Amino acid sequence: MSRYILKRLVMLIPVVIGVTFMVYFILSLSPGDTAAMIAGETADAETIEAVRKDLGLDQPVIVQYGKYMLNLLRGDMGQSYKSKRDVFPSIMASFPNTAKLAFWSILVAVGIALPIGIISATRQYSMIDNVGMVAALLGVATPNFWLGLMLIILFSLNLGWLPSGGMGGWKNYIMPAITLGTGDAALITRMTRSSMLEVIRQDYIRTARAKGVPEKKVIHKHALKNALIPVVTVIGIQFGSLLGGATLTETVFAWPGVGRIVVDSIKSKDTPMVLGAIVLLTITFSVVNLAVDILYAFIDPRIKAQYKRK
Amino acid sequence: MGAAKTNGAAHTGATVKKRSQAAEIWRRLKKNRMAMLGLAVVLLLVLISIFADFLFDYDTIVIKQNTQIRLQSPSGEHWLGTDEFGRDILARIVHGSRVSLSVGVVAVSISLMIGGTLGAVAGFYGGKVDNVIMRFMDILLAVPSLLLSITIVSALGPSIFNLMLALAISSVPGYARIVRASVLTVKDQEFVEAARCIGANNFEIIASHIIPNCMAPIIVQVSLKVASAILSTSGLSFLGLGVKAPTPEWGAMLSGGRAYLRNAPHLTIFPGIAIIITILSLNLLGDGLRDALDPKLKK
Repeated sequence: MSRYILKRLVMLIPVVIGVTFMVYFILSLSPGDTAAMIAGETADAETIEAVRKDLGLDQPVIVQYGKYMLNLLRGDMGQSYKSKRDVFPSIMASFPNTAKLAFWSILVAVGIALPIGIISATRQYSMIDNVGMVAALLGVATPNFWLGLMLIILFSLNLGWLPSGGMGGWKNYIMPAITLGTGDAALITRMTRSSMLEVIRQDYIRTARAKGVPEKKVIHKHALKNALIPVVTVIGIQFGSLLGGATLTETVFAWPGVGRIVVDSIKSKDTPMVLGAIVLLTITFSVVNLAVDILYAFIDPRIKAQYKRK
Repeated sequence: MGAAKTNGAAHTGATVKKRSQAAEIWRRLKKNRMAMLGLAVVLLLVLISIFADFLFDYDTIVIKQNTQIRLQSPSGEHWLGTDEFGRDILARIVHGSRVSLSVGVVAVSISLMIGGTLGAVAGFYGGKVDNVIMRFMDILLAVPSLLLSITIVSALGPSIFNLMLALAISSVPGYARIVRASVLTVKDQEFVEAARCIGANNFEIIASHIIPNCMAPIIVQVSLKVASAILSTSGLSFLGLGVKAPTPEWGAMLSGGRAYLRNAPHLTIFPGIAIIITILSLNLLGDGLRDALDPKLKK
């Protein structure tokens, strides 16, 4: 098992190199003169050239990339063109905000999705099932930034109950977490339902019922444990993508997270910040996905056994 | 002569069988009321976007500013009200369906072509080719897809075509994986071996024997991916990285309405509902197609 984890971690290295190269290359295609933009509107040609040299922008992209990677190995992601501060600490200052929001959102999602998914499956085609599935379909189809704006109209502008943006007390978390959580809840509900339905039809459930195990116990002990295995994977993947930047929701609620850094920095052509943020988000995203795979192997004895044999 | 005759017979046999298979799928799809509802709405949206110019003139209604009637609430004259420049919102939503549907369809077509080809090649040849292609796909997959689209659009500059390209590139790995997996299950079957025996080359085998047998998961994926491409388009436009003003696009309309949330919430409400209806109907159709194409999956 530990060999498998190690192997997967090692495999992350080429992925990170590939991602940085790809993003670096794509960003280098950007139209407009970065040096001129940094030097400011009033700068003369000489100043612009000086800035260009200073930032190394006069060299070929591949050389610039090589330098960037050498620095990255030392944990140095360069300086923001705009604020002149180091990129890594700036991004790390925002990362906890994204992580906290991701945590509460996934909690909202799981809190809604598991009960509805389980009830829908155990009472298939009942009222609850039908309403739940329609809600889930709507949840998947609703753009979360739109839902966020609707919540702002209702709870901030009309009722005045919740702050419309920023990050202060617990009240600030409610709307962003609901916005992100309900979309994920829709996916997790559908997954829980179909997984539960599949498990309920298995022979061992019939056996449990036949030997007189009470229905409640059949569902909770025999069915749920097995049905949740694929659900945990979906939850993990959703959590990973929340950590990978809930850019739109962060923009709607003026949430000071990493996703917003990306958007703001792209607008101001602050390449080191964009690159740094995307590299960090990608690493987080990949590590979470790896953790999900490992978790999957741990909770499913059949897969665990496979790795032991190897 | 004899060979040609057999060939012809085999050919007609195949079309007859194909038709009956399509009819069978259609029969199953027809039984699914939700899917039929989805199909009806999708067809309606397609018709609306084709005949948008007959419903509302682009130059005089959709993009022409008229500040005297700005921010009006829904009324008999303007069913969904007017926006911050006095433009009719219904007219803009109707024309916006053109942008959304075309971006969705084109983006999916591009990514299907690139991803499908890469996946088919990787799955068919295996070994080193497979390894190189799929590792590259891993890199693309490692970046959260919205971030990748944002990066590409911002580098290339906001325009409809760049938007299509960005969305297409970020969903290439998905198709590559699906097609590769399908090819792997199909390629060792006997009809492929038979095709090779009668002298078909690799391209013929992939194009006329393997791809048609991988169609079911691809069709399902396409209908669902068009929906997610439309969703991403509106998201990118919302961030100001999509379609340029004054082109009517649902996400951009939403974003424009943000400044008027308090006094004119209809600016944001209606484009959002248009998005939801579109995505919902495409998803219903996609789910229905999945059940109809593969009865085994139906639960």
